[in-house]
Amino acid sequence: MTDAPEKGADFDRRLAEARQRQGLEKPAEPGPVAKTSLLGIGMRVGVDMASALAVGAFLGYWLDRVLHTKPFLMVVFLLLGGVAGVRNVWRLVGPKRPGHQE
Amino acid sequence: MATTIDVMGQFKLTTALGPVGASVNFTQSNLTMVVICALILALLHLGMAPRAVVPGRLQAAAEMLYGFVHRMCIDQIGEEGKAFFPFIFTLFSFILFGNLFGLVPYQFTITSHLAITAGLAVFVIVLATFVGLRTHGLHFFSYFLPEGLPIFLAPLIVAVEVISYLSRPISLSFRLFANMMAGHVVFEVFASFMVAMAASLGAIGYVMAVGPFALDVAMTGFELLVAALQAYVFAVLACMYLHDAVHLH
Repeated sequence: MTDAPEKGADFDRRLAEARQRQGLEKPAEPGPVAKTSLLGIGMRVGVDMASALAVGAFLGYWLDRVLHTKPFLMVVFLLLGGVAGVRNVWRLVGPKRPGHQE
Repeated sequence: MATTIDVMGQFKLTTALGPVGASVNFTQSNLTMVVICALILALLHLGMAPRAVVPGRLQAAAEMLYGFVHRMCIDQIGEEGKAFFPFIFTLFSFILFGNLFGLVPYQFTITSHLAITAGLAVFVIVLATFVGLRTHGLHFFSYFLPEGLPIFLAPLIVAVEVISYLSRPISLSFRLFANMMAGHVVFEVFASFMVAMAASLGAIGYVMAVGPFALDVAMTGFELLVAALQAYVFAVLACMYLHDAVHLH
């Protein structure tokens, strides 16, 4: 039992290595969030989501009128707008892809 | 006896400069813009006139404004950002002064009109798109198609990315416009509470009116923060869109 401290340290090291391998440890670069103030993020998120939804709805409505496909395209583009809204937010708060140059 | 609360009246456009302004529809919004530009130029000109090694107050303000925007350009866009510095500086100082000038009593807030913010936002997006097309040619459109994407997902992702791109001017303009307008509406609502209380409750009303007044004082501090923050957010987003246009992704 005399080597218990070493064993503990060894375990910690191996755990850290394993977590690194599995990508569980976040890299030091935390993405754009840390650079901008959190208040600025808060101001942006809501509008970013809603505006994409509005653009999707408008595009669908307009295409429906042009192509006479009412109401099919509006439904599709409303969903796409929602996805784009989440994409906007994800671009804001999500992790940067590896190799991405800021 | 109830005072009507007219919170939107403050955003109404009226003509300025008397009959001359009225004949050419020169509104108080236009006048405010001219004043703001004059203020910015005055700050830069008078501030930098002493050219002191140890800057005075005005010179420090001018240098801080310049240095802040300069660093923001380089941080957000990269080395190419230096080329966009004059544009971002103009944009940032115009919005910042517009927001702050609106907090001066009896003054008009230009950024509380969607026409102004949308004009600025569309300008930014069109510029970013042109920069992208000019830097990368038709390769710019690969921006809408992330690399390493399974081909059967391409139509879906391209549609989502295009909608996301088109939503930028909307979110950019609405954020600034809504923040500035909402702040001034809240000011007006609390202020009209004060008037209504004093008018209907007499002496007790005057005492109670201290409540809304205190809220308005606190709101002034908050609005100072919002004014600076929204100008910053607008400029940072303009930088980020230019970054995307220059670097693609």
